[in-house]
Amino acid sequence: MIGSPDVVAFTKEDDYGQPNPEPWPPIPEEFSIPLYPLADSNPWAKTSYAKFTKDFILISEFSEQVGPQPLLTIPDEPKVCGTFDLNYFSLRIMSVDYQASFVGHPPGSGYPRLSFVEDSRVVLGDSKEGAFAYVHHLTLYDLEARGFVRPFCMAYISADERKIMLQFQELSLRFSQASECLKAGNRRAFAKELQRKLQDLEYTHSVLQREEGLQREADPQTRYSAHAVEKANELANVEKSIYEHRDLLKQITSYHGRPRRDPHAAMCHKCMSECLAECEDLLEKFSKLAGPLGCIGEEGQILTEDEAGEGEMEEDEDGVKRRPSYTPQLIRAKSAKCFDKRLKTLQELCDETFYEASMELLKETERSFRGDLCYLYTRRLDRSLRRKQKVTNFLFEEEVCEDNDEEVTIRPFCPVNHSVELYTLLKPPHIVLAPEPLEDATEPFSEISHTLDSELGLGESHLESSPSDQTLETQDSSEGTKCSYSSGTNMTKQQDQQHNLDSVISEAPDPDSDVTPDHERESSSEDMETTAGDDEGDHTPVSLLEPNGECEETPLEVCESDLLLPIDTACCMSQDGFLYEDLAADTADESDHNSKIQPPQTLVVNQEPQALHLLQDHYTVGSLSESPAAGLVLPVGQHADSVSHVSVEEGSDCTMSTSTGSDRAHSPFGYGAVVTLRQRRKAGQGALRFVRQYPFAIQALWCLLSGRTLVVLGEDEGRVRKLVAALALFVPGPGKSAERIQAWMSCPFSLSDIYRWKLIGLQRVSSPMGSSLLYSLSRYSRYISILDIDQKTLRCPPYHGQLLSNIADHRTSIRRGSSYFLHLQSVLCRLAAKAFLLTFTHHLHLPVSLEEGPEVVKGRRLCFLQEQLGLDEDDNEILLYLSQLITRQYLQPPSESTAPPCFSFKYTTSDLYKI
Amino acid sequence: MLRWILGSREAQSALEKSSVLCIGEEQPQNCFTELQVLKGHFDIVRFLVQIDDFRCASAGDDGLVLVWNTETGEKLLELRGHSQQITAITTFKCRNALTTQTMLITASSDRSLSLWDPDTGNRVQTIADLHSSVKCLLVLERLCLWLSGGEELCVWNQDFQLQCHQPNPSDTGIIALIELPKNCVAAAMDKEIVIYRLTVPADSVLCLTEMQRLSDHRDQIRALINVNDNMFASGSHVGELILWDAIDWNILAYEHILWEESQSASEIRMGSSKPSEMSIQHLCSNGKLILAAVGSGLYVYSVLTKTVLAYRKVAHDSNVLHTMLLSDSELISCSEDGSVRMWEIQDLPLAAEPASAGFFGMLTFGRSSKHSGPPSKKVLDVSNLKMLELIGDLIGHSGAVQMFVSFKENGLVTCSTDHLLILWKNGERQSHLRSLKLFQKLEENGGL
Repeated sequence: MIGSPDVVAFTKEDDYGQPNPEPWPPIPEEFSIPLYPLADSNPWAKTSYAKFTKDFILISEFSEQVGPQPLLTIPDEPKVCGTFDLNYFSLRIMSVDYQASFVGHPPGSGYPRLSFVEDSRVVLGDSKEGAFAYVHHLTLYDLEARGFVRPFCMAYISADERKIMLQFQELSLRFSQASECLKAGNRRAFAKELQRKLQDLEYTHSVLQREEGLQREADPQTRYSAHAVEKANELANVEKSIYEHRDLLKQITSYHGRPRRDPHAAMCHKCMSECLAECEDLLEKFSKLAGPLGCIGEEGQILTEDEAGEGEMEEDEDGVKRRPSYTPQLIRAKSAKCFDKRLKTLQELCDETFYEASMELLKETERSFRGDLCYLYTRRLDRSLRRKQKVTNFLFEEEVCEDNDEEVTIRPFCPVNHSVELYTLLKPPHIVLAPEPLEDATEPFSEISHTLDSELGLGESHLESSPSDQTLETQDSSEGTKCSYSSGTNMTKQQDQQHNLDSVISEAPDPDSDVTPDHERESSSEDMETTAGDDEGDHTPVSLLEPNGECEETPLEVCESDLLLPIDTACCMSQDGFLYEDLAADTADESDHNSKIQPPQTLVVNQEPQALHLLQDHYTVGSLSESPAAGLVLPVGQHADSVSHVSVEEGSDCTMSTSTGSDRAHSPFGYGAVVTLRQRRKAGQGALRFVRQYPFAIQALWCLLSGRTLVVLGEDEGRVRKLVAALALFVPGPGKSAERIQAWMSCPFSLSDIYRWKLIGLQRVSSPMGSSLLYSLSRYSRYISILDIDQKTLRCPPYHGQLLSNIADHRTSIRRGSSYFLHLQSVLCRLAAKAFLLTFTHHLHLPVSLEEGPEVVKGRRLCFLQEQLGLDEDDNEILLYLSQLITRQYLQPPSESTAPPCFSFKYTTSDLYKI
Repeated sequence: MLRWILGSREAQSALEKSSVLCIGEEQPQNCFTELQVLKGHFDIVRFLVQIDDFRCASAGDDGLVLVWNTETGEKLLELRGHSQQITAITTFKCRNALTTQTMLITASSDRSLSLWDPDTGNRVQTIADLHSSVKCLLVLERLCLWLSGGEELCVWNQDFQLQCHQPNPSDTGIIALIELPKNCVAAAMDKEIVIYRLTVPADSVLCLTEMQRLSDHRDQIRALINVNDNMFASGSHVGELILWDAIDWNILAYEHILWEESQSASEIRMGSSKPSEMSIQHLCSNGKLILAAVGSGLYVYSVLTKTVLAYRKVAHDSNVLHTMLLSDSELISCSEDGSVRMWEIQDLPLAAEPASAGFFGMLTFGRSSKHSGPPSKKVLDVSNLKMLELIGDLIGHSGAVQMFVSFKENGLVTCSTDHLLILWKNGERQSHLRSLKLFQKLEENGGL
C-alpha cells in the first residue's frame, strides 16, 4: 500500500504548503466570486448544494420537435438525480454545442452534404444547481431528420467542479470512446436506412416509369397533360432523390477515409474495415443500378433489368448475413412532414450491439469515476505506482489486476469483441489532477475561439483576457458563478505532447528527469507553435500563445498543487468525521484499503512537462520523480456492478462512501476469498490489539517478516482465526488468495505444511491426537515459532533489532485499527523498497573483481545493510528474506515453476517469552 | 572401585545421551539451511542412486523409479514398469562405440530386472519371470558385465543376456555382492562369504567358480563393503567387524563391537541389550576409515592402525540405517528415528576425564575382541581415541530415513518411509546462485 489520503492531507498541509494562496489561475476580479461561500466553515457543504446525491451521466438530445430533452441517465435510477431538474440542465448543456454542424448545399455541390462533425467537449457549471458537467456533443445521422443530423450530448454531471476539471482528459477519452461507438453504430444503421430508401426509390422509380410508359402507349397525346407533367415531375424528383441518396451513401462510405482530428477517435480496425466493406458493397450495388437508370431506353428492358437487379440483390442479401431482406415500398411523393412523425430513438439510430456497447462503456465510466476526487486520485496514483514496482508488489500489496483495468481503457473499444491483435493501442490519457495548464487550455481555445470568431465574434475578447480563457461565460447569472470550460475539439497537439513526454520519461532515468522536462517544454511549445500555425483558419497569433505557455505556467502549477489541499484534508478528516459519524468507521476503513500512503510531493500529477519540472524543483525529496508523468489509467472495477447497488442500498450516498463500492470490488484480488475486506479491516484492529496486548509481539512479527513460520496455538477456533487474520498482514508474499496462510487446522502437521504455510492456526486438543500434535510441534520446533494464546507464551528466537519497534510498540499511541493498518502498510512498503534495493544491487551479491571471494561480498552486503540501511543483525534477516522472496519471484513466479518451493531456515535457539 | 566405575559410566552415558539430544537448534556448522520436499512416491522410498552431477534416482516399495534434478528439485522422469517393490537399483555405464551412457538397472520383487535410460525414461531392456527376486546387484564395469544376487547368482552381459548362473546352496540368499581383484566377487550369504572367480575357459563361455567360503562370522552377515584395493570388510548381526585381505581372503582384523554395558558386571543390563543393538546395519569406508552403523550407534575404525578411532554408542534414538564418510573427519548418518545427523571426529578436548571413559571403553573392546589381537597395545594407544561430536542434524522426515546421497556442495538427498525425499541444500550457496541467475536474467531482459 503506497498512498493514503489521510497521510497526504496531513503532511501536505504542514510541510509542503506553498505560500501562493491562489488555487486557480488568477481570475479577474469580476469573476472571482467564491464558488462555495461556506467552503471555509464546512467543507462538506458543497455537496449540499447539489440536488442530486452522486455523479451521474445524462444523455440528452436536441429534438427538432421539442427542443432539448433528457433521454436517459446512468445509473438509471430516479433516486440518482433526486430533485435535480434534468430538463433544465439538458437545455443548459445543449445550448453550448460548439459542433460546427453545417448542413445543406455547400456552394459547388449539387447534393446535400452530410456534415462530418467532430465531437465537441465542454465543461460547464451551474452553481445554482450545484452541478458541473463535462459535456460531450455528438451528432448522429438520421435520414428523416433535418439536415440528416440529430444532435445529442452526453454529460457527466458532478457536484464537484474540480473533479470534472481534473479528470477532463480521462472523461474526454472515455466519452469519446462511447461516442465513437455510437457513431459507428449509427453509420451502420444510416447506411442500412439509405439502402432501404434507395431500394424504395428504385422501386418507386420503376413503378412510375412503368406507369408513364403505359400511359404513353395508351395515349401518346396526353404527353403534355397536367397529369402527365406531374407524373414526369414526380419521376424526375425520384430520380433526383436517387442521386442524392446515392451520393449520401458515397459520403457515408467515405467517412473512414477522412482524416480525423479527434485523437480519441480510434475504432477497432476490424469493425472499421467491416463497416467500410459493407458500405462499399452497398455503394457498388447501387451504382450498378445507376447504369440502366442513367440511360433510360426501352421500358421493358429497364424493367427486366430492374427485376434482375433486385434478384441479384436478394442473392447478395443472402450472401451477406445480418442484413434482413427487405421488400421495397412505394414512396409517396410527399412524405408526411415533420411534427407528426415519430423521431427515431437513440437505440434505433444506432445498431443495437453498438448501442449496448456504448451504454456499457458509459456505465463503466460512471463506475470508475465514483467517489471523491481525492479518493480517485490516490487510488489511481497508488495503482500507477504499484504498476511501476511490479517486482515487489507481491510482498505486501494487493494485486493490481492488469488485464482487467488496463486493457479496457487502452484499447479502442470494440463492441463486437474482435480479437485483441486487431486493436491498435490507444494511448491512455494521463491522469490530470490539476487543471490544464494554460498551454493546454489556450490551445484548444484557439480552436474554439476560431469557431466563436466566425460564429459569435467573441474570439478576440477571450484571447485577450488570458486568465479568463478557461472561463467562458455561457449565461449571465446574478451569482456570476456559472462558468463553462471548453477545450474545443482539437486535442491532437496535446496528445502529441503527451506522447513526446511519455517517450522522454520512459527513456529518461530518474536523475535526468530534472533536466528533461525543461528540454521537453521547449520542444513541446515548439510543437505547439507549429501546429497552431498549420492549423488553417486559426487566426490566433502565435505570439499570444507564448506568454501563456512560458510565463504563466509557473504560478499556475504551484497553485494547483495547493489547490488540492483543502479537498484532501476535507475528505480525510471525514475519517474521524463529524458528518458521517456512523458511516465513518465503515467508509473510512474501507477506503483505507485502497488508499495508500503517499509522499505529498507527488500530489500534483500532471502530464505537462512544466509541471514535472516544477515538481522537481520544489520537491526534490521525492524518490518518485518518475511518477508524475505516469500513465495513469482508470481502474475498471470488475465487480463494481454488483457492488454499486450495494452502496446505493446502504444509503451511503455521499461521495465518500460511494467510493467504497469499487473498493470492495477490488479486495478479492488482494486477499482472495480467505480474507474479505471487512476482515482485512478488522485485521488492522486485531493486529493493533495484538501489539498492545503482548509485550513480545515484536518477536512474533519479526518471525513472520523474517520468514519463520508462526504457529498460533489455541483452543478456541474463533480467537485463533482472528489472530491469524490479524497477523496475516505481516506475512510477506501471502499469495493471491492467501495461500501461505492456514487459518485453522487440527491435525498434526508435516514439514511440507510448515513451508507451505507461513502462518498457521493450530487447534490445541487434549485427546491422544493432541499428543502427536504436540510431538510434531516439538519435532519441527526449529522451523517454527509457537504462539500459545491460551497460556500467552511465545517460543521463538530472540529479536534485538530496532526496525520493528516502530510497528510493534505496545505503548503505541495509535488507537484506531485502520490508522495502524495504514501505518503498518507504509512501514512494510518501505521495507519492500529496501529489499528491492538490496536485491537488485549487483555488487552486494556478486564479486566486483575476480580476486574477490564470497567472504568479501558477504562483508559488503552486511556493511550495506548496517551502514546504508542502518539495520541490526536481526533486521538484516528480514531484508534478506524479503530479498530472497523477490529474487525467487523474479526468477520464477511460484505459479510457473514445476519445482517444489524452497524452504529456507536458520539454526538458532529459541527463547520462551511470557507476559 | 567398581561402583565408582559404574557410576562414572552411568554419568558418562547419561552425558552422552543428553549431548545427543541437546544439540539444540543452534547449529552454526550445519550448512543445510534450505530444503525442498520432493513428492512423488506413494510408498516407502528405500533407494537412492546418483546418476550424474545433478541427477539422482529414487526407488521404493511402490515400484516406481523417479529421476530428479537435484539442482532445481524438479522431477524429471517417472520410470514405471515394476509392479512390486524395488529391491535393488544401481547405475550401469553402457559403453557404446562412441559414448558412455549411464543407465539404471532395477530389480523388483515381481521377479523382473529392467534397464532404463534415465535421459528418455525408456525401459530399454527387461527380464521377467526370474526364479527368485534379486536382492543385490553388482556391476563389473571393467568386464562390461553385471551380476544379480538373490537365491541364485547370475552373470549378465551388457545386453541383458545371461552369461552364467550359479544356484545358491544357502537358504537365505545373497544379501550383498562386492567386486574383488583378479576377477573375483565376494557374495555374502547368511553367515558366510563366498568368493567366486569369473573365468573364461577355452570354449569362451563365461563360468563362475567358487574359490573359497569364509565362515568366520558367528551370525548373519549384514554388510559387506570394499575398503580399498587390498581389503574388504564385513559386519554381522552380533557386531563382528572383520577386515579381510582382498587377495588371499585372510582375516586382517577382527573386532567384536560390544558396547561396554554388555561387558560390565551388570547381568541385567546384559540381558536387556538386544542383539539388534550390536547389529552392524551398514558399513562404509573411504579407504582409510571404516564407519560402522552398530545398532543406534556409530563406530569408526581406522584401517591403518587397525584400531577404533571414535565411537558413540547412542548416536541416534533408533537404529542407524545408512552412513557415509564425507571426509576423514566428517560423517553423516541417518536413522529410523527420522533424523540425519552430521558428526565430526574431533580430538578430545581435555585428555583427563573423557579419556578415562574412553579408556574403559577401550578396555571393554580389548576384552571383547575374541580374536587374538593385541589389546594391551590398544590400551596404551589411548591418545588415538577421538570424539565423535554431533555438529548438526537434519530433521524433516516424519518416518525412518532409509538412505541418503550426497551431491557434495550441491546438497544432500534423503529418502524416507514417509514417502518423501528431501533435498537439503546450503542456503547461502543457493542464494548466491539465485543472485547470479537474477543478474543474468536482468541482463537478458535488459533491465527490469
